Amino acid sequence: MSQDMSSFAGTDRYEIVVGLEVHAQMRTQSKIFCGCPTRFGAAANTQICPVCAAFPGVLPVLNREVVNMAIKTGLAIHGQVRLLSEFSRKNYFYPDLPAGYQISQYELPIVEHGHLLITPTADLPPKRIGITRIHIEVDAGKSMHEGIQGASWVDLNRTGTPLMEIVSEPDLRSALEAGEYLKKLRAIVRYLGVCDGNMEEGSFRCDANVSVRLRGESRLGTRCELKNLNSIRNVMRAIDYEAVRQIDLIESGERVIQESRLWNADLNSSRSMRGKEDAHDYRYFPEPDLPPLRISAARIESVAASMPELPDAKATRLQTEYQLSEYDAGVLTASQALADYFEAVARYTAELGHPNPKMAANWVIGELGGRLNKDNLEIQQSPISVQQLGKLVAMIQQGVISGKIAKEIFETLFTDGGDPQHIVEQKGLQQVTDSAAIEEAVEQVLATYPEDVAQYRAGKGKVLGFLVGQIMKATQGKANPALVNQLLRAKLDKRL
Amino acid sequence: MDLSHISLTDAAELLRSRSLSAVELTRHFLNRIETTDPTLNAFITVDAAGALAAAEAADLRLAQGQATPLTGIPLAIKDLFCTQGLRTTCASKMLQHFVPPYESTVTRRLKAAGAVVLGKTNMDEFAMGSSNETSFFGPVRNPWDHDRTPGGSSGGSAAATAAGLCLAAIGTDTGGSIRQPAALTGTTGLKPTYGRVSRYGMIAFASSLDQAGPMTRSVADAATLLQAMAGHDPLDSTSIDAPVPDYQSGLTTSMRGMRIGIPAEYFADGLADSVRRGVEQAMETFRSLGAQCLSLSLPSTAYAIPTYYIIAPAEASSNLARYDGIRFGHRCADPQDLQEMYARSRSEGFGAEVKRRIMLGTYVLSSGYYDAYYRKAQKVRRLIADDFQSAFTQVDLLLTPTTPETAFRIGEKNSDPVQMYLSDIFTINVNLAGLPGLSLPCGFDENNLPVGVQLIGRPLQEATLLAAGHAFQQVTDWHLRRPS
Amino acid sequence: MSIDAQTVKHVATLARLQASPTEVEAYAEQLSRILTLMETLNSLPTEGVMPMSHAVDIPIPERDDVVCHTDQREALLACAADTDQGHFRVPKIIE
Ligand SMILES: [Zn+2]
Repeated sequence: MSQDMSSFAGTDRYEIVVGLEVHAQMRTQSKIFCGCPTRFGAAANTQICPVCAAFPGVLPVLNREVVNMAIKTGLAIHGQVRLLSEFSRKNYFYPDLPAGYQISQYELPIVEHGHLLITPTADLPPKRIGITRIHIEVDAGKSMHEGIQGASWVDLNRTGTPLMEIVSEPDLRSALEAGEYLKKLRAIVRYLGVCDGNMEEGSFRCDANVSVRLRGESRLGTRCELKNLNSIRNVMRAIDYEAVRQIDLIESGERVIQESRLWNADLNSSRSMRGKEDAHDYRYFPEPDLPPLRISAARIESVAASMPELPDAKATRLQTEYQLSEYDAGVLTASQALADYFEAVARYTAELGHPNPKMAANWVIGELGGRLNKDNLEIQQSPISVQQLGKLVAMIQQGVISGKIAKEIFETLFTDGGDPQHIVEQKGLQQVTDSAAIEEAVEQVLATYPEDVAQYRAGKGKVLGFLVGQIMKATQGKANPALVNQLLRAKLDKRL
Repeated sequence: MDLSHISLTDAAELLRSRSLSAVELTRHFLNRIETTDPTLNAFITVDAAGALAAAEAADLRLAQGQATPLTGIPLAIKDLFCTQGLRTTCASKMLQHFVPPYESTVTRRLKAAGAVVLGKTNMDEFAMGSSNETSFFGPVRNPWDHDRTPGGSSGGSAAATAAGLCLAAIGTDTGGSIRQPAALTGTTGLKPTYGRVSRYGMIAFASSLDQAGPMTRSVADAATLLQAMAGHDPLDSTSIDAPVPDYQSGLTTSMRGMRIGIPAEYFADGLADSVRRGVEQAMETFRSLGAQCLSLSLPSTAYAIPTYYIIAPAEASSNLARYDGIRFGHRCADPQDLQEMYARSRSEGFGAEVKRRIMLGTYVLSSGYYDAYYRKAQKVRRLIADDFQSAFTQVDLLLTPTTPETAFRIGEKNSDPVQMYLSDIFTINVNLAGLPGLSLPCGFDENNLPVGVQLIGRPLQEATLLAAGHAFQQVTDWHLRRPS
Repeated sequence: MSIDAQTVKHVATLARLQASPTEVEAYAEQLSRILTLMETLNSLPTEGVMPMSHAVDIPIPERDDVVCHTDQREALLACAADTDQGHFRVPKIIE
């Protein structure tokens, strides 16, 4: 199917409706129903036992931490934790599902009726995305096919790893909203420490249910389920692709068929998985090996008390405590590590006696964020420490260096490390605050650009910036910009 | 002294006094099995070497004065308890060569107490059957009449116990699989409260109904075995965490003032005269012991069979999905693809009755039928359980026939599954309600076939059942009769 | 209630069982009879009755999140019909 721009022409009349199902692997030490480790990357089948490998006669015993993590997540998404929930069996045959059924939750999931607020664009108020349910279930093993002659291999190490399935309402209206929702949800599970949120490694997996309808229509269109979306970028691309595909079908008088579709990130397209599902009938029924799960109000309270500050609360606090903009606070709290880093930098500048949290935020988001992004690094891997950046910001605030010089030092710190102060001293980058030296440069520039001086005096204030730039250039950027401004104005105005 | 039929208490005394060694006692039974079992077919696997090694260890322990009442006691274990290193087949071709690398909690506890496992007994395949005819290893013969079935599914354990091929045996009961064969072989069989005995390592048939219990020649022996089997197991989430009383000392509780309920529905048409006579005689005996018998009604009784035959196959269809030919069990030869491997491995590995129940269970759970069958059955199950609960506000025990008739002929019912299912009519209610039930020999019919009476108790009141049964056996000798 | 051959075949597929034409016929006949027996339940009113999925009403036990494990790969793989380099081997799974 073509996806040229002409396809997009009609899209305005349509509305995209998206619901997401996220499978989050819980970061427990042991598996959900046995004592096997959940560690990633062990040799095949070395982390299995009769229970998770579903040998005859064995029985499941629930890991308490799995329940606690699900409660935490439920509270974090403003959901209702059910006081009574139950486990069910979802029956189907697949080589990596050793019991022939997946222990999951069906009629009575542990959490219901939650929601998240997302801010897809800075200029619109936050949007509420409903979360239908969170349920607990077991992960399957892995089958391998590639490079194996005439057979597949089954590795059950992952079998029995606890999962949370987090199901959103069909409240998302664009790929962008879907992306924001996923970022928010991922930030929350990471803050809570219940999931590492790694989409590439599959510990945070997403299926997207996508449909389209004419704007103003209240009924939902026929949806397709998109699978194999291993990054937020792919989720967004797949949704856009799917929306166009469905609109094309409808526009050409065809019908959308409800089906699962497999996304291929390399080809940037999806294909139908029809026929592979061979009329699934999961025959859910309550798991007889596990009594119902009753959760007391006291337990929910004690779990709530153990929860860390979550992104929304943290963002609000950063705004009031550090006078940050809503946008900056939102960016910083997207990851707990980033927010922690920022707070540490801000605190350090205060310790050094030259606090400027707003400037610290700009440096963390702008310079550092951009640089890390370029090198594909996480904040935890930042080569620049809190102390280094803190000192740099403090030095700007103190007036020792200009912002421009600071950027130069930043690059040195990022690539070679070192103490910002030493670098400044070694390279002689201290700001020139000696007014005599600056005055000399001002005189020189005024003499070189008489026309601009005349323009300024004719009322064109804009040229001031140009003149300042020339002076900075003449001083190799070391002149204190405030002083330059002050002296320049004084001279221009005096000669009037 | 005839070692073959001595009680556990007497055997333990002989062993403790060192007038008999555990090895001698074990050899005695191994010899009996060798001579008698080719006819009875009660054992699927006899573990002579393992049994003798365990007996030697038991002798050492006896010599050190560290014996328990089970040290050196030769037992037969139904072949669905996983025994580490010893083949466990569930009487299925599917598991014909399965040697578990782990141990069931029941056998682990028995072994820890010093018991000697002689071998694994025959049964209906995956415990699905009431006559032992569905075994891949052939039917078991009733020691009282070799043309008849010993009942099922724990037919091998019942036959071995009745014929003196072991001192006692362990069975499991999903819809009567301990009590019905006990009744048909003149032995004593106890199905404990659901959750009283761990199900870990016990190959599942219907998880919400399965329960392990002792099959013995006397109530006193059953008490001894239950003592070792019962108790909370952290490996079984449905195991009840409640203290285990001293069953042996509870045996002497008086029957005086005991209120025994007689549910009218269990004495309706279809009950063989010989069985009715035996059970009514038992009632008289209890009266003579000072108990009071009261008629009452369990109105949902008639619905038990359809309820059971929805719930049990539904759970079974799911429990048996793990037999896919991949990790253990039968794999068909040269499958062309994955789906063929599944279908052929399973179709070759399972017998007709197992397949029928998988089909039935899959159907009742399938889309569009769940509410009509499965959910409906779960609701009726609640009504059945409520019936018992309200009965137990009036009485301490219920007394019923264990089976509608005495042992039937091999082949008599296996052409008609519905007829076969109806033979469980008096036992399955107890499983649906999760209650303890005890079957006791209470007479013989005109063909000299044993008749069984069933006592049903409140949850976790095994001690009351055992006390009543023991009192009964103190004044009757049905349990002492032996097949010739 | 009577079950037709097509339903039997569908159920057999779900259950991963083969069913020859004669078996299909036999299953259809037997299952129909069993289901007829089950329909007696319909005469019993059960409105408002709580379905009972467990024989006893106990709380679910929860264990501590502690790894308790020894590598049992060889022992477990030894039970399988077909293994290869530490894996269970199955006919090619076609995605
Ligand atoms: Zn495990």
